[in-house]
Amino acid sequence: MSLAMPQPDAAVLAKRAEIAADLRTIVPGEGVVEAPNEMRVFETDGLTAYRQLPLVVVLPETTQQVSRILRYCNERNIRVVPRGSGTSLSGGALPLADAVLLVMSRFNRILDIDYVNRCVIAQPGVTNLGISQAVEEERFYYAPDPSSQIACSIGGNVAENSGGVHCLKYGLTANNVLGVEMVLITGEVIRLGGKHLDSEGYDLLGVMTGSEGLLGVVTEVTVRILQRPEAARALLLGFPSSEQAGQCVAEIIGAGIIPGGMEMMDEPAIHAAEDFVQAGYPLDVEALLIVELDGPGPEIEHLIGQVEAIATDNGSTTCRISQSEEERLAFWAGRKAAFPAVGRISPDYYCMDGTIPRKELPRVLAGMREMSERYGLRVANVFHAGDGNLHPLILYDANIPGELAKAESFGNDILRLCVEVGGVLTGEHGVGVEKRDLMPVMFSQVDLDQQMRVKCAFDPNHLLNPGKVFPQLRRCAELGRMHIHAGKMPFPDIPRF
Amino acid sequence: MTTFTPTADEDVVASVQWALAENAPLEIMGEGSKRGIGRPAQTEHAINLSALSGITLYEPEELVLSARAGTPLAKIEELLKRNRQQLAFEPMDYGPLLEQPAGRGTIGGVLAGNLAGPRRLKAGAARDHVLGVSVVSGRGELFKSGGRVVKNVTGYDLSKVMAGSWGTLGVLTSLTFKVLPAPEMEATLLVRGLSEGDAAAAMALAMGSSAEVSSAAHLPEGISTPTLNVLLGSGPKTLLRLEGFGPSVAYRFDLLHRLLRDGGVIERIDDSTAVWAEIRDCAPFADNTDRPVWRVSMAPSEAYKMVAELRMHAGAAAFYDWQGGLVWLRMEAEPEAEGIRALVAHFGGGHATLVRASPSVRASTPVFQPQPPALAALSARLKEQFDPNGILNPGRMG
Repeated sequence: MSLAMPQPDAAVLAKRAEIAADLRTIVPGEGVVEAPNEMRVFETDGLTAYRQLPLVVVLPETTQQVSRILRYCNERNIRVVPRGSGTSLSGGALPLADAVLLVMSRFNRILDIDYVNRCVIAQPGVTNLGISQAVEEERFYYAPDPSSQIACSIGGNVAENSGGVHCLKYGLTANNVLGVEMVLITGEVIRLGGKHLDSEGYDLLGVMTGSEGLLGVVTEVTVRILQRPEAARALLLGFPSSEQAGQCVAEIIGAGIIPGGMEMMDEPAIHAAEDFVQAGYPLDVEALLIVELDGPGPEIEHLIGQVEAIATDNGSTTCRISQSEEERLAFWAGRKAAFPAVGRISPDYYCMDGTIPRKELPRVLAGMREMSERYGLRVANVFHAGDGNLHPLILYDANIPGELAKAESFGNDILRLCVEVGGVLTGEHGVGVEKRDLMPVMFSQVDLDQQMRVKCAFDPNHLLNPGKVFPQLRRCAELGRMHIHAGKMPFPDIPRF
Repeated sequence: MTTFTPTADEDVVASVQWALAENAPLEIMGEGSKRGIGRPAQTEHAINLSALSGITLYEPEELVLSARAGTPLAKIEELLKRNRQQLAFEPMDYGPLLEQPAGRGTIGGVLAGNLAGPRRLKAGAARDHVLGVSVVSGRGELFKSGGRVVKNVTGYDLSKVMAGSWGTLGVLTSLTFKVLPAPEMEATLLVRGLSEGDAAAAMALAMGSSAEVSSAAHLPEGISTPTLNVLLGSGPKTLLRLEGFGPSVAYRFDLLHRLLRDGGVIERIDDSTAVWAEIRDCAPFADNTDRPVWRVSMAPSEAYKMVAELRMHAGAAAFYDWQGGLVWLRMEAEPEAEGIRALVAHFGGGHATLVRASPSVRASTPVFQPQPPALAALSARLKEQFDPNGILNPGRMG
């Protein structure tokens, strides 16, 4: 592993057996795993380039157990890495050699389905899709749908502020979570939000969402559920250039239309997908756009012609409108299979996750083509065109020495370009360990210090998930110091009253 | 008394650094339209941000707008309107309720108060639309968080921490918001004569349907304003707003009508913008008095039960927005803070904020909902990390 992680605490490593025994008094039976061969399954998450066996694995079942585990670790200065389903693409759940891995998968029950207040209370280990399935008989669903939704847990979604393909219209996790019960590193249990809206004080729920397991451990989640849209239809649009496809997206939005989903693929991604699933994609286009309209039938009928006209005006050479549910799903089949499809044409691929202002797409794609030549690695692109979230897939072969490092370096250059054009390092996969060292590209030291001070309010000894998100861990006492300079009346020229 | 009127971020930094050196707490204000909310200011000095003004970026097709913190909200809304766009969270105007002129307030104040309107139910509050901020902390340091794109999970979302912090964590200097297309049209379905319990049931039915209702409010008997009287007449009124493209609104109105027709007399209100503005701004209680007004957030299904119980103990007028999830209460006499909060806790939990009361009442009553000890301690630690010397709006939040 080339990644620098916090130095393991030798004193903690030496007490491994004792710590496991202590944890057994909190979580009896099979809830504590310490045999290396049994811990192997937890050594990595969705970012499989990095692996590390944890100190010990604990799988609590109750909030009280979580509280006792955290209090125990806090009192003994033992690090803790929380883990949901382990699908993080940024290494958010990567274990540490000296840290207890706190696995939340046994928190797998739905506690309350409340159709009147349109919310569900679930334990954090329930899968994202599990929530939608629990309410589907009443035609409800939970809107954020990350592509790992079969496996990823709602607790992990809170930690990562997960997105999906419908974010522009329906929002991210942060906009669909109403409340959490969580445990602080001290073992204190607090509740933020609930079935009501907004917060009585500071928006701690807002900062907790997307905090990547560094602030606390969520033990219960209340989410908003929505009535399923009555219908959905999709348009499959092919363009000779990504500029035209981009302009088409801009004009759809300019016409006041917010589609449920709007996905773009570039030529390499189109070809890989078509070879894999034969979705019927045109192979003579540079950019493919899937625009999905959802809502009441008459609304879709009203808008579909408008979208078609905008596409034609922008030079689309393919325009197919789904005439049945089967056809709509067929349009999506290629897009949904894009990652495995790319996996077929290359031994390995590295999935990136920047967000850019949409209008910068042609510039970023051109930049990527140039980098692709320079690094000698191919790249395929899928793009959540509605919200500007770009997923370049860098193709490489891990068996060729140095190629992974080259792919990572290529990826870093792409993310730097995203920031340069006004975008960000990560749209939905999180910083984790993967983008940690790039944080200074986007933030000044002052910006990062203020984020770390938020961490200090929750976990002053950096025991929760250290080594993630922040490139450099600064002691809270040091961060708290302030240098006050003798007061000079500011801008004395300006009149005051 | 010194009031700083910065015109650039560096001026804000200099003001806060001066205040730190002098140990002189500052009141943070824009146009002062919401000064009456919270504990009365306990400072001698102030920063007035109204000269730190201007829209710095607006790209309609990218759905993004940035402005300096002191930019008047009215100016932003006007520009958006010209481009058939809007701030979808529909920030309310506290002016009329607080005996201030209508139409004032800045974009910084919109986030600092985490404002929202009747569309909160469907579209969220200011917290859900802010994409990025620049802030001067109580340490006198300028930091930024977030960006200008919708999908962003890079680092902690400090923009959300600023939402509803009422100037106690930092001085906002610029903000970036997501903007959205304005609906082509709106229509409101009005059901007359429902009791508060029946209205709660009707609103739940409507919100749980596929009619995509964007706002749901209930005005009980006697709750009105001159404008509402003219537009809607008297008697209890349950209002359901539909927005979007013409054919869609027509179709959804029929759907809703079929769903609710057995429950009461139904009418269609075609031009309902003014109706929802009155509800948004709590106009029924904008009576030029300082009788205590509460803003209560709770589970929609429980609101009318809480109100019924309250009326057995104290004189209170009430109306409901957000399907009942937002209760506006006007007390006849005393604020009854403990009683109201106990009832909210009893009926499923939530929070009650005393948004209007005389300065002396606000000085002696917890305006914001008190938190349980562990949460209160965490909030205090967070405040300390942003403003260690307590120089920004000290005491305002309790």
